[in-house]
Amino acid sequence: MSINNEFRPKIVAFCCNWCSYAGADLAGSSRLAYPADVKIIRVPCSCRVNPMFILRAFEKGADGVILCGCHPGDCHYSTGNYYARRRMTLLFSMLDYMGVENGRTRVEWVSAAEGVKFSTTMNEFVEKIRSLGENVRLGDLRCKN
Amino acid sequence: MQELKNRAIELLENGTVARVLGWKIGENTYDPEPAFFDSVEAMKDFVYNNFCAANLSKYMIEASKLEGKTLVCLKPCDSYSFNQLVSDHRVDREKAYIIGVGCKGKLSIEQIKKSGVKGILSVTDSDPIQVETLYGNKELPYTAGMLSRCFSCKGKEHVVYDELIGESAETSTVDRFDEVRRIEAMTPEEKFAFFQAELSKCIRCNACRNVCPACNCRKCVFDGNKFDSAQKANVDSFEEKMFHIIRAFHVAGRCTDCGECSRVCPQGIPLHLFNRKFIKDINTLYGEYQAGADPEAKGPLTSFTTEDAEPSIVSKGGIV
Ligand code: SF4
Ligand code: SF4
Ligand code: SF4
Repeated sequence: MSINNEFRPKIVAFCCNWCSYAGADLAGSSRLAYPADVKIIRVPCSCRVNPMFILRAFEKGADGVILCGCHPGDCHYSTGNYYARRRMTLLFSMLDYMGVENGRTRVEWVSAAEGVKFSTTMNEFVEKIRSLGENVRLGDLRCKN
Repeated sequence: MQELKNRAIELLENGTVARVLGWKIGENTYDPEPAFFDSVEAMKDFVYNNFCAANLSKYMIEASKLEGKTLVCLKPCDSYSFNQLVSDHRVDREKAYIIGVGCKGKLSIEQIKKSGVKGILSVTDSDPIQVETLYGNKELPYTAGMLSRCFSCKGKEHVVYDELIGESAETSTVDRFDEVRRIEAMTPEEKFAFFQAELSKCIRCNACRNVCPACNCRKCVFDGNKFDSAQKANVDSFEEKMFHIIRAFHVAGRCTDCGECSRVCPQGIPLHLFNRKFIKDINTLYGEYQAGADPEAKGPLTSFTTEDAEPSIVSKGGIV
């Protein structure tokens, strides 16, 4: 999307209910700014995020997708984020292998107390996606629209 | 072949097994197809030749629900798929009587045609291959007709069997990750162009999914709620575009690299390039793992360690 010729990326952030969503909440209540381009989707746990969610987000027009969950060792369900970590590593590597710029995907562990980390991560990520520009490749994979 | 057939008939007659799962003779030497044989009379059509590439393990899902044991002929690579189906709780080891059959590398008529032979009337499965064509007879080296997967065979040991019949010959000459490395070395633009060109050929016939032993879900995400053939139609453009990545991800960690998907694709899409990338990454990051080698082993995507690499490793130069 671009308004006045300025590229405004669409960013989807999957945040786990227990840590990262609370972290986002804290960022908000501490009045820390992060771009409105970030759309948060709350999930019960980072491991709820099926790789298809990420692909679907891209297909629906996202320019970047970030997954945030509790720090390893701190998962509300003890081990969910460890599984998510393996899945996302493999998925990102596959996307990279297929020539989709790897900066468009990211995983970050954000606790409920890390409002600052949440806001800096989002700012950084939005900057990164701005520099990469619009995502066309995943929507374009089979030359069909 | 005769020894295998005789032994199968013997086991049918003495009641050890209720049926035989093997290959049925086709119209030509080169098109045998998977079949169940439930009587000694039916066994007259039984065949096992060098064109019997089809992996029979997936048919054991169906056979596990039937009364009595099923004799199943498994090649070395098929035995890995069988084990994986056991660990996926989709086939019952007790319902199978496994004869591990020898393999000297499997031939494919598509491969023979690719070598430029036209007007084929008949072929032999011998070494060298004798081809009778409209334009006279030809002789081809065995390897000219061999499936590409057999050049990077996992080895000729069966990982599960009740008895072994027939001889094998080593066929592995190529490292299975060579092609993956070639793609990894490309620029993002080249990678994308390569995959876009390949995947755009897909006609969504679903053959790769249907043949895959790891694609054993009762209800597949790619099945619609409609009836019959309408059920197979893709539901939306998402499915259409992401089919290959999603399927490859679903079988990651369970794919034994049996090579069936690439063999059956009517469009010749090198689907193994996805599976092998996952296998290679898994080996690099989580330790060497061969799906199906041990039915008790924990799969790499259903286990973890607290020291696993972070996904950011991909943007720091990738997993190579
Ligand atoms: S077998 Fe080939 S053409 Fe058919 S759905 Fe699979 S990739 Fe597509
Ligand atoms: S994905 Fe292909 S190689 Fe892997 S198990 Fe399925 S059919 Fe075999
Ligand atoms: S594509 Fe996925 S859901 Fe469908 S059968 Fe294969 S593993 Fe199961």
